[in-house]
Amino acid sequence: MIKLNVNGATHEVDVDPSTPLLYVLRNDLKLNAAKFGCGLGQCGACTVMVDGKAVFSCLTPVMLIEGRQVKTVEGLGTIDNPGPMQVAFMEEQAAQCGYCIPGMMMRAQALLEANPGASDAEIRAGMEPNLCRCGTHMRILSAVGKARELMKTASVAPTAGEGKAS
Amino acid sequence: MFRRFFLGLIGLLIITFCGFLIYAWKPAISPTDPPDRASFDQALIEQGAVLAAVGNCTGCHTKPGGRSFAGGLAIPTPFGTIYSTNVTPDPKTGIGQWSEAAFTRAMREGVDREGRHLYPAFPYDHFTVVSDEDNRALYAFLMTRQPVEQEPLANELPFPLNIRMVLAGWKLLFLDDGAYQNVAAQSAERNRGAYLANGLGHCGSCHTPRNALGAEVAGSHLAGGEAEGWSAFALDTGNAAPLPWTRDSLYAYLRQGWHEEHGVANGPMAEVTGNLGLLSDADVGAIATYVVSLMGEPSEQRKQAADKVRELVAKSAAGVINVSATTGSGDKALERGGAIYLAACSSCHDGNRPQPFGGINFHLSTALNAPDSQNLINTVLFGLPAASGRQSAIMPGFAATMNDEQLTDLLAYLRQEFAGKPAWQDVASRAADTRSGKYHVSVRPSDGIERGPDNIGARDK
Repeated sequence: MIKLNVNGATHEVDVDPSTPLLYVLRNDLKLNAAKFGCGLGQCGACTVMVDGKAVFSCLTPVMLIEGRQVKTVEGLGTIDNPGPMQVAFMEEQAAQCGYCIPGMMMRAQALLEANPGASDAEIRAGMEPNLCRCGTHMRILSAVGKARELMKTASVAPTAGEGKAS
Repeated sequence: MFRRFFLGLIGLLIITFCGFLIYAWKPAISPTDPPDRASFDQALIEQGAVLAAVGNCTGCHTKPGGRSFAGGLAIPTPFGTIYSTNVTPDPKTGIGQWSEAAFTRAMREGVDREGRHLYPAFPYDHFTVVSDEDNRALYAFLMTRQPVEQEPLANELPFPLNIRMVLAGWKLLFLDDGAYQNVAAQSAERNRGAYLANGLGHCGSCHTPRNALGAEVAGSHLAGGEAEGWSAFALDTGNAAPLPWTRDSLYAYLRQGWHEEHGVANGPMAEVTGNLGLLSDADVGAIATYVVSLMGEPSEQRKQAADKVRELVAKSAAGVINVSATTGSGDKALERGGAIYLAACSSCHDGNRPQPFGGINFHLSTALNAPDSQNLINTVLFGLPAASGRQSAIMPGFAATMNDEQLTDLLAYLRQEFAGKPAWQDVASRAADTRSGKYHVSVRPSDGIERGPDNIGARDK
């Protein structure tokens, strides 16, 4: 049994310690935001936050993150009460097919939590590891810019799920 | 009697000091107006571009995200931080007022136009041998770049190293001047390679160990050194590549930035191979011929070990996963390391995708066979960032995924499993210092010809 803390809730999962975090999130915890893209850490669709930093969950065996804090898009808000990052992506209509978007949101969340006043250039540089094949990069960039402003005004934003048991 | 001796001694000291001052004092060379582009032959400018690539001038004289050749890159040294200068032809802040004579003097003697001694972070200890003709071409190239007005940053050096006159003493001790001498017994190709590698190429600046005063150790030419937080491997008989380099493999590696038997150039070497893309095949071949001649013919023992490695790599390519150290060894650290390898590394490093886009099979890794773990730590933590705007080999960094303990276990496993060597003893402390930035590492994309955008030099700040 491996103990994982995801979006503030503790889970015990019965998996091989070498299982990628992505599979545990999707298959065992039914948190389907993070996506499988390349499985090689090259596309960013699987990006989640671990202890506040963006990581590729497809390349992260769960054994490495026991006892650490994992956050996924499900931890950013709910359908009824979306968090600032989610509001920004909806308002800017940043998704086309949407497959890369959860990864984009988590990379942006990690970036803005570490650097709330990130410049446009810093955002552009920070988002570099994540790819979008539809080509909605400009909308994604404006969504992250909007999230930066929303997060400033809503510093006690709803981080749904946090602190609650699942 | 004693008084006379004492006065004599003081007199002698004064004379010696005056002599040193005369030696150390260099006159200014009169400023000139920036030469007109039309005053240079186009072919000469083009030749200069190639030579600037051999010298990797842009590597230091361009800051990531900054304007080409405008300087400002922080170069950490054991003595303090030195900032590269602006070598664009801007008359106020660059070298726009430098005549060709001033430029050649800087290359040969390490003195700027105004007569100030330059710090040997600028590798004039190699450039002394650059020919007049090559200096002329370099001058033509640099003087026809876009002028950029950007004041050089002040170096951060403690007293007395911040007094430039001190450098005259350093030069007295360590600087050999004089033109390059061909060795008659060697082929023209090898001589050409030695001229490029030891002159403009300044391979020794990274690949030769340095003494306490920062000078290359005379008897240890290319015996392995350090550059920007990376170990620069030995290029002499001490080279640790599992499959010995050949003229052809080294030629291909320098030409394309990777080789299937050795992997992808990483760290500052990625810039070097990126730069060499501008060279003619003949000159790249000459450098390969020269360097491989220094490595010498591999011993019988090394050849046998290489055959064994080829066998293991072939097996692995056929889908046989070797987990000998992880199963039944009873060593918990090795077992944990092996599990991390299988889960996080093997999908690329034991897959069947060919290099450079698939990872190297670790049986082939020089870094794993090296005397220290630094390059492996750098690569695991920071990966290999993507080059800007074009195809390149990449590797994700694992700094946010793996803690130092896990990294230590992983490296212990890799070292035993793939190099058959005892674990490095200081991985945990090195990893901690590297992660915190106490030990400064420059992270570069593979095969970067120009310094890329700001984000990739994450450790430059």
